Formats: sequence, C-alpha cells, structure tokens
Amino acid sequence: MKYDVVVVGAGPAGSMATKTLAEAGLNVVMLEKRQEIGDPVRCAEAVSKRGLKDLVEIDLRWIAADLEGSRVFAPDGACIGLSEEQSGGKTGYVLERKIFDRALAMEAARAGAEVMVKTRAQGLLKRDGKICGVSAMRSGETFQIEAPLVIGADGVESKVGRWAGIDTTLKPKDISTCAQFLVEDKSIDPNYSEFYFGSKIAPGAYAWIFPKGETVANVGLGVLGSVSSGTGEPLRLLQEFMKSHLPRGKVTEMNAGGVPVAPQLETMTTDGVMLVGDAAHQSDPLTGGGIIPGMTAGVIAGEVAADAVSGGDVTRASLKDYEDRWKKPHGNRLQRHYELKEFFVKLTDDDLNSLIHSLAKEDTAKMDLRDMLKSLLKLNPKLLWGLRHVII
Amino acid sequence: MLTVNRYKCCYCGACVSVCPTSSLELMETWIEISQGCKECGICTKICPVGALEVKA
Repeated sequence: MKYDVVVVGAGPAGSMATKTLAEAGLNVVMLEKRQEIGDPVRCAEAVSKRGLKDLVEIDLRWIAADLEGSRVFAPDGACIGLSEEQSGGKTGYVLERKIFDRALAMEAARAGAEVMVKTRAQGLLKRDGKICGVSAMRSGETFQIEAPLVIGADGVESKVGRWAGIDTTLKPKDISTCAQFLVEDKSIDPNYSEFYFGSKIAPGAYAWIFPKGETVANVGLGVLGSVSSGTGEPLRLLQEFMKSHLPRGKVTEMNAGGVPVAPQLETMTTDGVMLVGDAAHQSDPLTGGGIIPGMTAGVIAGEVAADAVSGGDVTRASLKDYEDRWKKPHGNRLQRHYELKEFFVKLTDDDLNSLIHSLAKEDTAKMDLRDMLKSLLKLNPKLLWGLRHVII
Repeated sequence: MLTVNRYKCCYCGACVSVCPTSSLELMETWIEISQGCKECGICTKICPVGALEVKA
C-alpha cells in the first residue's frame, strides 16, 4: 500500500491537513484508531466564531449553541460579564464535536483522501535510516503503509513524535487533567458560557459551564497536573461542583481528557515527519482551547507537506516552512499565553478575588481578552509586576 | 505494579501523554502497559478519574 502522505489521527487537525493535501492533488490516507470519528469527546467544545469562520464554511448542524457572552466568577463568587468573543476567543460557538469531527473527515474524503477507521499506527517504517511510512493494525491484522511523509495528528497521547525522536512527553505542570459531564438542568443559561476560578473549585485551571441548548450544557473542570493529588481529583471535584452549582442537574454523558497547557515545542518536524494539533502541544495554554490552533496548523502543515512531497524533498529543512509559518504569529502568541498561564497559576484565591474585583467598575462588556489583561495590568501594577515583560 | 481499573478508565489518554518511558498506549478503549514501566506513579496523579494505581 503506497501513498504520498499518511496522516495519523482523524481529529480536526488531521482532517484539515488531509483535506488540504487531497485538494492539492496528493495521494493521502488518514488513519483513525477508533471505529468512529469524533467519539468519545475529550473537549469542552467551545470555539471562537471568527476563528472557525476563517478556516471553514460553517454548517449549522455542527453548532450546539451560539453564545451571547460569558461570565467569569472569582473564588469568592464575585462575577463579571464579558460579551461575545471576549474570553480569549474561547467562546462564541459551542460545537457538537461528534458531528463536527465527522463532517471534517467527510470533507477530506470528498476531496479525494482515503480514510481508514479502526486502524492504529503502531510504529514508523524505516529504510536505510529514512522514515518511509507506518506499520498499522486494523482489526488485529498488521500491514504496512508506505509513504515518504507521516503527519502525526494523534492527539495528546501522540506516539508519532516519540517514534521519530521528538520528545512530546508532557510534564505534569504542563497538562490540565479534566472531567466533564453533559448535564440536563432547567437552570442552565443557554446564552452564556461561565468560567469559575478558585483553588477549591479547580486548582491551577477553571471550571466551566458551556451551554449546548436550552437546558443542556457541558459542565466540567480541569486540575493542573502538578497540583493534582491523584485518585481522580478532577472527577471528585466535578461531583462537588455539581452539588454546589447544579444540584438538580442530571448527567447524561461523562467525558475525561488531558489538555496540553505547555510551552511551544522546539521542533515539530523531523525528516519525513510533521506533528500537528495536541500532538504538537498547540492548544492555548491560557484557555485550553485547541480546535482552532489545531485546524490552523493542519492547513499550514498540509500546504507545506504538499510542496515538500511534490518537490521530492521531505527533509526537515524542507518542512521547516511549516514551523516558521506556525511560529509567527500563532506559536509566538501561544508562547506568551504560556507565560501568562505560568504566572496566573501561582496566584492565590485572594489575588484572584482582588483582580476580578478590580474590574467591577470597568466596562468589561466591550473588552476582549487583550483589553481585559491590559486593564488588569493598569489597575493592579503591584500584583501583576511579574508580567511587565510579557507583551499583551 | 501499575494497574488500570478498566471499569473506571474513560480511555482519554492523559496518562499516555505524561509517561516518561513511553510505556503506556491507548488502544481503542483500553490502556496497555508495556515492560518499560518504572512504576513512577506520574500517570496515577494525572488520571482524571482515578483509574490507575501502583500496587505494592
């Protein structure tokens, strides 16, 4: 079995890379280890409207909710309201990933790509020390897929990078470990996403309520790996959050997942290999949002890969254009967000309370995340002194 | 020995991402542990649902 490119993983990053390659006329195959694409969900499903519109033509069947704004809650319960597109581009739409991921994979297939489900990559093939495809297993049978280029879009549990010598192991302080319920409850506000901060609620991260309809929402929380005590703390804290915030809520689905909140990888390519999406730690360390960055990287990687394969040069030097185009502006912005995250996770509940209180008299409804951070810096110079060197 | 409680595991792969020896693998709906596991316990702290345990 021979192809120009093998893409490992059929999430949004993998599908965008695959579609881009197929549209460029390349012979590409995308592997998905699960028998279904888009399931189980490991995501809170919120995306920026603008970010999504820039990447794909939106089909309303993917959209579970179209938000008006968001609310941020301090550890002491104080609340500020932000309008749409304010929370770091994190809010806007809440997607139905089970539909969305499948639709993107369909688009890749429609563009001419092959898709193989229930097919797991289990190692890289090498000839004369050069990567030349993957060894795969489908329904228990092992076979080889030859291709000069492999794109690893294999998620937080990525193996492609490690097989190729790129260390993608996450440090506990650079992963947010999350649990989420799909909840039915009449008290859910269908128009607003909500973010809750506090060391007792979600240490080192936040809890969220992202509506998915009139009385349905994703309710979840993250815990920073380095402060997680083990024994399933995210799930336990989520059960407590449900008791205090949605005591009558009925849980109709349960999800879990690890989100990279990590610095940018020094390298995302090597000879014959590229990494995209969570596999390349491209989720936003401040918000945890990874759909738009992953899709963006998928498109860039697809374009660069198409040129590299067509030109017969898949060495790292030839693939470096992907890293350069990713870094400026996307990677650099996420690296700044990493520095912000590193600072904010060290703040105490009292610090967070006074920061959120300081915005009480500001007109936050007109601010975006950048304006809000600038405003926080202006109002709290002493507390945020450590951030003076970060360009916001 | 590192053990996975399959009844608790939500097969999210968070444990795989932090394993320093690359000894865990998320198959379709289960985690496999290979010989290289040093029982360091990092994965047990990361697991969001408490499915992993290092037993004496």
